[in-house]
This record gives sequence, structure tokens and C-alpha cells, in this order.
Amino acid sequence: MTTDTAPALGGRRAALPRLVSDYGVYAAVLVLLAYNAVFTPYFLDAGNLRTQLVQAAPIVIVALGMALVIGSEGIDLSVGSVMALAAAVIPLYLGFGMWPAVLMALLAGIAAGLFNGTLVAVVGLQPIVATLALLVAGRGLALVFAGGQLKQLHNPELLALGDGELAGVPVIVLAAAGLTLATAILVGRTTYGRQLVAVGGNRPAAVLAGLPVRRILITAYVLCGLFAAVAGVFATARLTASDPSAIGNLAELSAITAVVVGGTPLTGGRVRVLGTVAGAMLMQLVRATLIKHDLPDSAAQMAQAAIILVAVYVARERRTR
Amino acid sequence: MSDPATILDARGVTKRFPGVLALDHVDLTLTPGRVHALVGENGAGKSTLIKILSGAYHADSGEIVHAGRPVSFARPLDARAAGISTIYQEVNLIPLMSVARNLFLGREPRRLGLIDLRRMNREAAAVLDRYGVHVDVTRPLGTIGLGARQMVALARAVAEDARLLIMDEPTSSLEPREVETLFTVVESLTAKGMAVLYVSHRLEELYRLCETVTVLRDGRVVHTGPLAELDRLTLVAHMLGRELDQVRQEGTTRFGEHRDHTGNPPVMEARGLTKRHVLRGVGLTVRAGEVTGLGGLLGAGRSETAKAVVGALPLDSGTVTVGGRRLRRLSPATAIRAGMALLPEDRKAEGIVPDLSVRENILLAALPRLSRFGFVSRRRQERIVATFTKRLRIKAASPEQKVGELSGGNQQKVLLARWLCLNPRLLLLDEPTRGIDVGAKAEVQALIDELAADGLAVVLISSDLEELVEGADRIVVLRAGAVVAELDGDDVGEHAVMAALAEAEPREEDDRDD
Amino acid sequence: MITDSVAVPTTVRPGRATRAERLASLSQRHGALTMLALALIAASVTFESFATAENLAGIAIQSSFVAVIALGMTFVIIGGGIDLSVGAVFALAGVLAAFGSRWGPVTALLLPLGAGALIGLVQGVLIARTGMAPFIVTLAGLLAARGLMLALTTEGAETPLVPRGSGFLGLGRGVFLGLGVPVWIAIVLCGLGAVLLRRTRYGQFLFAVGGNEDAAGLMGVPVTRVKVVTYALSGLLAALAGMLNAARLGSGVTILGVGMELDVIAAVVIGGTLLVGGAGAVGGTVCGVLILGVIQNVVNQIGTLTSSVQSVVSGAFLVVAVVAQTYLSRAGRAR
Repeated sequence: MTTDTAPALGGRRAALPRLVSDYGVYAAVLVLLAYNAVFTPYFLDAGNLRTQLVQAAPIVIVALGMALVIGSEGIDLSVGSVMALAAAVIPLYLGFGMWPAVLMALLAGIAAGLFNGTLVAVVGLQPIVATLALLVAGRGLALVFAGGQLKQLHNPELLALGDGELAGVPVIVLAAAGLTLATAILVGRTTYGRQLVAVGGNRPAAVLAGLPVRRILITAYVLCGLFAAVAGVFATARLTASDPSAIGNLAELSAITAVVVGGTPLTGGRVRVLGTVAGAMLMQLVRATLIKHDLPDSAAQMAQAAIILVAVYVARERRTR
Repeated sequence: MSDPATILDARGVTKRFPGVLALDHVDLTLTPGRVHALVGENGAGKSTLIKILSGAYHADSGEIVHAGRPVSFARPLDARAAGISTIYQEVNLIPLMSVARNLFLGREPRRLGLIDLRRMNREAAAVLDRYGVHVDVTRPLGTIGLGARQMVALARAVAEDARLLIMDEPTSSLEPREVETLFTVVESLTAKGMAVLYVSHRLEELYRLCETVTVLRDGRVVHTGPLAELDRLTLVAHMLGRELDQVRQEGTTRFGEHRDHTGNPPVMEARGLTKRHVLRGVGLTVRAGEVTGLGGLLGAGRSETAKAVVGALPLDSGTVTVGGRRLRRLSPATAIRAGMALLPEDRKAEGIVPDLSVRENILLAALPRLSRFGFVSRRRQERIVATFTKRLRIKAASPEQKVGELSGGNQQKVLLARWLCLNPRLLLLDEPTRGIDVGAKAEVQALIDELAADGLAVVLISSDLEELVEGADRIVVLRAGAVVAELDGDDVGEHAVMAALAEAEPREEDDRDD
Repeated sequence: MITDSVAVPTTVRPGRATRAERLASLSQRHGALTMLALALIAASVTFESFATAENLAGIAIQSSFVAVIALGMTFVIIGGGIDLSVGAVFALAGVLAAFGSRWGPVTALLLPLGAGALIGLVQGVLIARTGMAPFIVTLAGLLAARGLMLALTTEGAETPLVPRGSGFLGLGRGVFLGLGVPVWIAIVLCGLGAVLLRRTRYGQFLFAVGGNEDAAGLMGVPVTRVKVVTYALSGLLAALAGMLNAARLGSGVTILGVGMELDVIAAVVIGGTLLVGGAGAVGGTVCGVLILGVIQNVVNQIGTLTSSVQSVVSGAFLVVAVVAQTYLSRAGRAR
């Protein structure tokens, strides 16, 4: 039985949830900004805005990689541990200079992604289980590398990644912006990006169209691992220390939240790059707003829980068309 | 005022889906102790009718009188409670649970509040023994054969005091011997007064088991009555909607004249395509400029043959040769590289990527060929898309519109464009005109002709007999996963195809060979 | 022909498939037990101090809290879901128990258990009624429970203490026949859980829902109710573990339970419960918990190793267990 014509149903009735799901996150960011501009003293201060951006940047970077994986109908729980792994690798090679150390950290991220991707695409494990293993083991491995200790870092080049500026803009913010642009181009313009979305949107169709599904999936996890490693490097530079037990803690939750709130459906087939950035900014603003108004971290966590539920609930409405 | 001898009487049942009238005033009467056949081709409305009777759907109008009272089932559970049990093609049991636990789920024998495992297993073994199933009832259901699983489902239905059993294609994946057992059980159940509605496309089985038949086509009852009075050919004619004495000479399709291409070298040769329960040594040769039709009733293995050729169905054995070179490691990617393309039957599940645009859907398979360093020039993309949008007359607001928002006909054209822009040598079309409107249908048919005239080899699968006969230069008829006839030249005709479909099935060997 | 005379050998297919099948079911049933036995033997041979009553009792008490949570998680995963909130509920329950103990042991018991069951209930209703993914709902539950716990303790700065001499402490610190009370509670609960799973109608329904939700619905299983009950049970058990832990420590420690859900899921999966749902056993979960407990203990015994090695080894065990499971179940299903 073929019953066509579903689009007619979509019509006006579905328009509202769809709008909320697609643009709600931008509206929410604007509302929060407007609210703070009026009620929070010094909020629009350049210094404060800068702080907000710097704090959100690592999560933005991790969330971009996460968005790719979620777009492929997967999930990567290991990003926080991969951040820690990257942080732990840096001091091991810092003797050779900053670039070799950063390179090795990124390689660690790529290796982690390769591991995850192979388990998902070749062995055929569920993404949650496959990446759970590295979530558990990754941080342990990082602590083993680091000898379980926090290491102060003094390499000036590396530290410049954390507090340096280029034309008045913090390097880390520039990096996040650059990666956002790169991801947007990757997803929107390249062959790979479109294939990724096709695999997430309709796997059987992608197989029939002859797409190299395994390679596409593995690449998504590798990119996610790479992005997490980049975030780990920046987090380390900002902390001026390699602290694998703290860096990237619960980053997977923040990243998934940012992606989901940004309107990328967990069922795959869509990657919303700008939405993801807005999602990360929204969570950052919520936290900042609550803190500025002397509401504690606990309230921020509960607010985060509510926002996740609302975002997924609205997206679910749209899916049932 | 219903006849006390009927268990279920459906009158004027009508069901409309957006854009489709699935059932149009359907009447059906079922009697205790009788097996009633329900037949019809794809899209005839069989599954919709079953779902309404079993409570999964709700009829828009019409009434169902069950045991003398009008009923309306809100959920499948209500139908069960009323004694109507449905056994679906894919048996609806829990594969990971043991056979006994499946049989007794929800009615487990208990002692002191706890399930009495020993008694449950003993009783399960005893019950199944009566159905000719001798298995270890503590094994997970998923590890026993499909025939035995059917029996467990049957036994469960009987244990739930079912008065009416609806069986949907119960034999499609059974071994011949398992089919025998099933029939014996069904016969003994009807002897005890059970009413059975038996849905199948296997004529052999229908004549063996059923006393009466209802034929559905396009949502309407086209025939109902005793089966014995109906010869096979007439039954097939009813199913396909062709009247025997008036097979038209001049068709209404947009296909041109038949042509003879036996001189052309074969583009693709498939040999001995075999997959357990699905294909039994299918061979197929396709020549350039020729439209080869694949005929057969539902479940004959037409779609599976097409999928096997392009490597989308893992085979037990068989070879595919394209342009004289045998393909090693069949996969969709190698098939595409060899110049083959399959337009799948299920447009939604295997064809379109609904959230991507028309442009991206058209270029999905071609992207790797077009890209340079991973990028594809937007202008080049737009040029190709514009060419095909125009050639196939795809109606979309813009190339950037999401494919999910288009009508069925336009979605189908987008998929055709996806394959045509690869410039293939062989195009396999599985039900290319099903579920699309009349205008688009004529356009697609004209296009098939045009493509063949340009030298493309085409394999056409269609349940629309007229389309098949007029569109194809040659027809290969399949039944039960094997080629039973090849019609060439003047032999290509509706009558010949129907005769091939209606022929008695060759008595097959039990193929439990491993 | 009459029915009784039909003797059809319906299925049993001798040869390769059956052996693979048997191996698969054997390894799924006893794989975790074998791994545990090997780990115990290896540890006893290598370390003299391992196989002492004192050390083993220590492992038992360490594992008892995880085991209680893992019991609930086993139920949730068999039902085809997942519960990420258990670590946060564990911590919250500890704080609530310590708070409640000011008004006596009864409040110390009821307050955390009530809160845990309520959180589980709400999650279950959201999952069963709205069709949102369990992963997301319980992720929100994790954040909400942790937020609530922080709010109760002035952002984690306060550690509520159980009053000295409170009878409540006996629940955590008491010893009976050489084993701590929490161990006995865990043993009894796991026994009850196994019976619940294999010998009651609810258990059958749970397996059915996890194995094939649609079919279960058609077979008359009250799917919504089964799910809600299961998540409530998981919340209740996580709260019980948190309460016992508070009774043992004498305070509601706020930093506990972070990442605990992952250890618990790992233990359940190592124990042979399929993450896709529909199959699993309490016995396997107990083995999984003990394997992780032994690893932790051994790592602690090797003084030179940091405790982080423990998570590396656990992660490796997890990968091996899951990959083996996948291949074996594929071999078992191959026909």
C-alpha cells in the first residue's frame, strides 16, 4: 500500500511547532540578551560579552563535532574523555615545542574517533554502547598518561592560545568561529557533508545510491574526536595546566544539549550548524543570567534539564508528520 | 438481522487515506467452519481490510457485525477480546523469549503467586505436540523455524478462544513440509468451527484450502463466491482487472510499438540467482534498447531479482555479468560503477531522503563523480538539475524545495533523475508508476520508451498488466522465486502472461539442503 | 490425515548453526560468571592479601551499593530503555537520608525512597506517554536531580550529617555473619529481583516490551504501565543505594555519584544483558558488578598503579564483552 500525499497534512497545523523547533533557539537567545540588557547591570559591557564568548567557545567546538555524529543518526558519549586525553598528551610532547604537542593531542582525538567509528560502522554496535566504553576508559587512560597529576604548563606559545588575542578578539573565540564556518561549509557545500546527512536521513536509500556508508560514518566519528581534542587543547591552554581529571567533565552532556536545543533532531538526517552554536550560547547565557541574579548553579542545572525536555518535545511534535 | 451462521459480516466498509480511497464499500461475510480466501494485488486494499477487522485501523463508514452485534474495535486488544485473532506475515511474538513463555504470555499458570515454570513448560510442550511441533519449549522462540513460530502463534490464538483467525500470507517463508502441517492444523481447526480468513497469493494453496473467495482490486470487491466455480485463469484475470474476452488490442498507455532486439549484445546477464526462500536460480538477460518486463504475482520474487542484480540483496549463489565482465563482490556501489541503477519499489523507505532538497536528492548518487577535492561547483549542480527538471518535467517550487514536500509523482521523477544523471547502461524500474497520478504516469511511461529508443536497457516490473505488456518488448514471468516462462515478440500479450501466472505450480522439492 | 499423526521435525537443524547457537547462549548466560571466576583466581594467585576474609568482605560492601542500582538498571535495560539519572538520584538520596535522619530513622528511610521513586515515576511517565527517547529524558532527570541536591546543600558546600547514635547508622555499618548489612540487603534484593524477573507476570511483560514493543502490545501487555513501573523501580533502588551509603558514611556526601550511571551500565552490559533490550539476567549483572569490584580492588592492591587504571580496564572489559556479545548473537541467529 502506498499512501502518498502526506505533505498536505503538514500545512498550517504543523507550522507553529516547526517554527519553534527551527528558530526557537535564536529567539530564546535574543530574548535572554534583551532581558539582560535591561535588567542586568553592565551586561552589554564589552568585557562581559567577551567572557561569555570565551566560556562558551570550547562547548561550541565540541558540539559542532557532536552535531555531525548526531546528524548521522549516532551519538558520541566519549567527547569529554577525549578532551581529557588531549589535555594529558600535551605535556608529554611539550618539550618538542608547542606544535608537536598540539599535533599529538589532535592525533589522540583522531585515534579515539577511529576507534568509536570502527565499533559503530564495522562491528555494528549501537553508538551509545560503542562510545560508552571510551567514555569510561578514556579519562582513565588520560590520567595514566598524566600520572594522575595536574601539570602546570609554562610554554608561552601554548598559553597564548588560552589568553591571547588577535585584533582584539580572543584566539579561542576566533578558533570557534573558524571551526563553525568550516563545519558549515563541510555540511552545506561539500560532497561529504551531503552524504553524511543522506546517510542519517535514509540509510537504505544511501546504500542503494552506492554511498560508502561505512567510510562516511567513521569519518563523522573521527571529526567528532578531532573537534573534542581541539576543545581539549584550548581548555588546557586556558587553565594553564593539564588537568585530565577536570577537563571535559560532563562535556558530552553540554554538547548533546547544545545540539539538541539547536534543533538538530536525534533521529538524524539534519545538521544545524548555526543552531548548534546558538544552542551552546543559549545554555551559556542561561547560566550567566542566573549567576548574575545570584541564582546558584543548581538552578542552572535544573533550567538546563527543562530546556532539553522542551526542545526534544517540540522536535518530536514536528517529527510525527 | 444477520444470519446466525455468519461469524462476521462487514458491510460497505470504506476507508480513505489522504489522496487514496483504500477501501470502497467492501462487503465480506465469514462463516464458522469455512476458510475464506482474500486475494488481490498490491494496493488492492487487503492489508487495510485486515487492519480494520483486527482493530488496528478504524473504518470511515460501513459497519462490521460480529456474532450478531455491530462492533467497532478501538484497539487490536478489543478485537482479540472479541475472538478475532490475526497472525501476521512477520509473526508477532517475542523472539528472545522462550517458546513456552511466548505461548503463555499473560496467562501463565501460577502457584503461590509465582509462575509455575515446570507446569508451563509441560503444558506448552503438550499443546505444541498437538500441532506437530516437537521442539524444546525452553529455547528462545527466535531460534526455532518460522513454521514452528507460526504454529506457536496459532496455538496462542486458539488458547485465547479465537473464533475467527485472520492469516496474512502465512506460508510465504515456510518449507513445503511446514506448509503441509499448517494446512492440516487449519483444517482441523475449521472442523471444530473456527472461521478463517486466509490471505495469500499462492493459487495452489488457495484451491487446496479455501472454499470461498473475495477478490479485491483498487479497494473494491470485484468478485466473491465459491472458489471451486472459478478457474485459475479467471481468478488471475479478476486480480489483475482484465476481462478475458476483451483484452484490448489498442492500449491506453503511452508506450510505442514492440521492437525486436535479439540481435543486440546483452548488456547484463544474471545466472542462477539463488537465495533461500526467495529466489531459486533466476536467470535474466537484458539487451541494449530493450525493455524486459518481469511478470509475476505478489511475492513471486520480482523485486528481489532486481535487488539481487544491483547487489542490494545478499545472495546464496549466482552471478551477474555486465558488458561481458563478471562482477565480483556484488554491492550497490559496484553495480553503479558498472552502469546499473535500480529505482526501488518503496519510494519512501529506500528512495528519497525527505529532508534534503530536490537538487540534493537528484545528485545524491552522482556527487562523487562530479566533485573535485570534495566540492561540487554549485553552478554545475544547478545546470544538471535544471536539465533533468526540464526533461522530466519535475514540478517543484524551486530546486531547493525539500523532496518530502513534493507529490508522489514528482518524487518518483526526482528518483528517476537521480539515476539518469549517472548515464546508466541498465535501468531497473520497480513499479515506476505505482501511487502516482495519471498525468505523471503517462509521462513516466513515455520516458521509458524514449530511454529504450536511445539504447538504454530497461527492466520493468509492474503489477499493472497492461503497462507490463505494452511497455515490455519481452516478458520474463516469475513464480515462487523461479522463472516459469519467457515471452518474446508476438507472444507478449496479456492472455499469455495470465496463462503463465495461472499454470499449476511445479511440484517443488523440499529445499532443506543445508 | 489427523493432527496427531503429523510428525514434523520443524526446526532442529543439526550442525554448525546449532553449535554456534549453543555457544552463544552459553556465553551469554555464563560468560560473566566465567570472567568473574578467572578474575578471582588470578587475583588470589597473584596477591596473598586478596583472598582474605577481610578483603573479600570489603569488595562485597563496595559492590553492594552498585549492585542495588544495577539491579534497577537491569530491569530498565531489559525493557529496552536506559536510565542515566541513577548516579544523581544516588547522591540526592544520600543527602535526603542524612537530612531526614534528624527527625528519626523513619524519615531517613522514607524521604529518599519517596523522592527516588517519584523521580523515576515522572521519567517513566514522560518516556511512556510522550515517546521521547529514554536517553534524553533521563539525562534531564540527571541534571534535575543533581540540581535539586545542590540546592539542598547550598551548592554542595554543606554536608548534612547523620546525628551520632542514630539507629539509622546501623543500616550501613551493621555487620551480620561477617558481612555488612548493605551486603545482605543487596543479596536479598537481587534474589527477589531474579524471582520478579523470571517468575512473575510483570517480569514476562518486561521481557516482552523490551523484545518487541509492538508485538507485546498486540499480545495484551500493558506497555505504558510496565515502563512506568520499571523506571519508578529503578529510581527507588538508586535511592535505596544512596540511603544505605549515607548510613554507612554517616553523612550525605554531595560529590558522590558523578558518572556512577556509567559504571552501572557497564556492569549490566558486561553481565550479558543486551542493551537493545529483551534479554538479560540478574545473576549476570551481579557478576558484572563483582568483576568491576575485583578490578578496583586489584588496582588498589598494586600500589604503584593509580586508580585510573581501573577505568581503563573496565572500559576494555566493556568493549570485549559487547563485541563478543554482538558477534556471538549474530552467529546464533545465522540460519
